[in-house]
Amino acid sequence: MKKFMSAVLVSTLSTTMVMADPVDDTLILNEEITLVTRTAAPAHMADAVDEIMSGWLFRGTETRAMQMDDFDNPGMIFVEKGEDLWNTAEGSEGKSCASCHNDSDSMAGVRPVYPKYNEAAGEVRTLEMQVNDCRENRMGAEPWKYTGGDMTNMTALLASVSRGLPVNVAIDGPAQSTWEAGKELYYTRTGQLELACASCHEDNYGNMIRADHLSQGQINGFPTYRLKNTKLNSVHARFKGCVRDTRAETFKPGSDEFIALELYVASRGNGLSVEGPSVRN
Amino acid sequence: MAKGVKPRVKVPKKAAAGDTITIKTLISHKMESGQRKDDDGNAIPRSIINRFTCDFNGENVIDVTLEPAISTNPYLEFEALVPEAGEFKFTWYDDDGSIYEESKKIAIG
Repeated sequence: MKKFMSAVLVSTLSTTMVMADPVDDTLILNEEITLVTRTAAPAHMADAVDEIMSGWLFRGTETRAMQMDDFDNPGMIFVEKGEDLWNTAEGSEGKSCASCHNDSDSMAGVRPVYPKYNEAAGEVRTLEMQVNDCRENRMGAEPWKYTGGDMTNMTALLASVSRGLPVNVAIDGPAQSTWEAGKELYYTRTGQLELACASCHEDNYGNMIRADHLSQGQINGFPTYRLKNTKLNSVHARFKGCVRDTRAETFKPGSDEFIALELYVASRGNGLSVEGPSVRN
Repeated sequence: MAKGVKPRVKVPKKAAAGDTITIKTLISHKMESGQRKDDDGNAIPRSIINRFTCDFNGENVIDVTLEPAISTNPYLEFEALVPEAGEFKFTWYDDDGSIYEESKKIAIG
């Protein structure tokens, strides 16, 4: 009897642990494109992780299904709003995005390489910074708020046309110092809880943090439609939320710190497909 | 008229006669419940889609009453029998009297 009891106990325990593990599933978008959600880690992560995995694999069956069909993916509503913005002329020059870039489809391949070093400006730029640079200097329009609705709708559009392409940010050359600053931040413990990004997303992915599954914290699926707040969430807003959860004063969205962190975290996903707008809890 | 309302439907382009098909519909709408208060403590007036209908060649397929507890951007998925070629008509009724319509043709083949 005692033996039987302990066997039951062991099986209960192992079931609980398996539940938080990433699932074995394939992300096929609109029954057309197969996305890479699991692949070998890039060389720079050799000491840390062997395999990189999209956050999609850490979510439930229903949530995963929502992302597989554009009609079911609520994030696509915001992509449509982004498309409207793409074609809207604004500012003193009377230009829209489409005036120079034609169809939004022509931006395929842009999302995967951002953040990227900009030669003329002498700095690493995120996609948001580049959008605002266009608005201010090409269109003569007001810049958008970094994590505002218009900006996130636009980055969702730009991500959506690159879905299926592998994330491929450059971490060497002029971007290297920014990348290293981002890496430093990733491993620096912050807040009253003294947690670094790595504490959860490198050391404990696949485990539960209270009622939620910890993923690897990949950002290939951003902007992300979250079921909890029924809107798109941008990368920097998510960073802010995470740092706040360590009970620290956070950096500002669009700050040098978050730009560096975005470059570093994006590089941890080099090889995964762009998924934005993804669906998460 | 509520802002940013846009109906969307997904219907297969064709089906065999007598087939049952799956129809997906989504309308972007804030579905303000009427229960919430603004920063000054005043109730925010209710503004929802209160009824949805789908007709096929003039015959009603589904007629739904929507209530205030239904979330933003209501999504409805249902099945319909297709006896012949024709047109699905979808209608959403807003609290403010607005009516949003969409239609999709389906062929037999």
